[in-house]
Amino acid sequence: MAKVFIYPATSLILSTLVTRFGHQPLGSAISIREHIQTPGFDSPPIQITSDDPQYGLKWAAVEVPSGIRGRMSLYGPLVEEADAAIIIDEPDLAFGCMGCARTNELLAFMLREKNIPRLELNYPTSKEEGVTFVAAIKEFLKNLERQ
Amino acid sequence: MMNEQPVKIAQITCGAEYSGIQNEITTAAETVGGKMFYPDVALKDVKRAYRDFGLLVKSPDLKLAIARAQAVVEGRIEADGIFIASCFRCAEAAIVRNELRRYIVENSRIPVVSYSFNERTGASTLLTRLEALTTIARRRSLMTREVQIGTTMGVDSGSSTTKCIIMQDNKIIGTGWRPTTEVLKSADEVVTLALEESNLKISDIEAIATTGYGRFLVGKHLNADLVQEELTVNSKGAVYLANAQKGFATVIDIGGMDNKAISANDGIPGSFTMGGICAGASGRFLEMTAKRLGVDITELGALSMKSQGGDDVPMNSYCIVFGTQSLVNALASGYKREDVAAAACHSVAQQVYEQQLQEVDIKEPVIMVGGSSLIQGLVRAMGRMLNTEIVVPHHSQYIGAAGGALLASGFVNKKKEE
Repeated sequence: MAKVFIYPATSLILSTLVTRFGHQPLGSAISIREHIQTPGFDSPPIQITSDDPQYGLKWAAVEVPSGIRGRMSLYGPLVEEADAAIIIDEPDLAFGCMGCARTNELLAFMLREKNIPRLELNYPTSKEEGVTFVAAIKEFLKNLERQ
Repeated sequence: MMNEQPVKIAQITCGAEYSGIQNEITTAAETVGGKMFYPDVALKDVKRAYRDFGLLVKSPDLKLAIARAQAVVEGRIEADGIFIASCFRCAEAAIVRNELRRYIVENSRIPVVSYSFNERTGASTLLTRLEALTTIARRRSLMTREVQIGTTMGVDSGSSTTKCIIMQDNKIIGTGWRPTTEVLKSADEVVTLALEESNLKISDIEAIATTGYGRFLVGKHLNADLVQEELTVNSKGAVYLANAQKGFATVIDIGGMDNKAISANDGIPGSFTMGGICAGASGRFLEMTAKRLGVDITELGALSMKSQGGDDVPMNSYCIVFGTQSLVNALASGYKREDVAAAACHSVAQQVYEQQLQEVDIKEPVIMVGGSSLIQGLVRAMGRMLNTEIVVPHHSQYIGAAGGALLASGFVNKKKEE
């Protein structure tokens, strides 16, 4: 079983596909769950406190906006943990929405930099492309199993 | 306030939750009787809205912000005020924030405040801004007052100075001014001065308003009828003293600790900014300049007006430390004192222009108020920067106190009826 970072990290479809083929998806659900299950109710809605952007300095410099650093504090550890990655370029908002374009650019770059198996696909715009899209993900995940 | 419905403030932000400041925003709003809420929009609205708006940004949260603003402006979602904020140093968000603020001001009467934050932004920083927002939404009738009646007093407990004004039948009859040392002691002193000048006793005063940083403490001490943040009070005071109560006006107050830029319509702020990245862009830098040049702050303006050139004096007041270094270096390089004074004024005006005036719509008349408006070199520099004739009304250094005395008169008849 491989740990597969999914991008967009909020995509339930990607998360389900990865799970279905026997791997562990790494996405928003994991990091946000950790935050909101922390005892206390300091900073609703997602319990990110001002300490998190500080922690995010590990992946982004101090001149980078705090929102990016806060997001990196969620995703940075997952990228470090990842054995593989699936990146969907220009996804529809309904497929999985990550709020900040700059964070997204940084995340995708970090995944590309990391020497791990990676699948990059354009978001499908037709039924035919959709079938090919799912098939490509299935093939990638099956190959991961063999690796 | 306990019986009043909370003021509904639409939160249109990007990055607040991830910067860890959401709780600070909520707390600040609740402290001043407001309630933040996210305007709910459907996914199809998001896709439509940002295309209609025409600003094709990449970040989905900014697309959502555009859709939320549209929903509020078009009346599909009801809000009493709008708070727009995004991460400090994010260029994409800064463009959206500015364009949304402009769109809201042009297409609705909903008051709006915009702000850029980082993870260190606390509730106390947001308090004055949100208090102004809730005041405009809740007390519009109070804000429409144009004539002072009865005998009223306004006390402005500022970070550098404390001021008091007593007004009677629409005329200023007493003033008091002191540097702020101990907040209550300074307030008592200026009240005594104003009472002496007006030949009145405190029991003659029919209503009192306090404003400025020490407003709560002084308000309690004087048993004030109105305790009000300085954004709305100064705006009201400025248009009243400048005789510009009708139509649009821009109010600039370069204060001792922070600066305010307010875009007002009929004296009521439509949009405003408050703050400064560094004390370098505030009156504090001019105080330091005066000290270094060996003149009193009241003489700095006259000194700077003597400058016939000085455009080449290198001066950067973005940070007060670097600004002071520039000052020392300029003097050591042989520049004349008056040229250095003019350069310091220009630098402060430039910082205010770059950091704050970009966040409000500049509409004439441009009124400068506060103690710094008496520094002619600063007024001249700001006028050149904005290419307009700046209006400095009489008693401009007492602006908060004057606005307070004016607004306090709204309580005179109420108290008589009681």
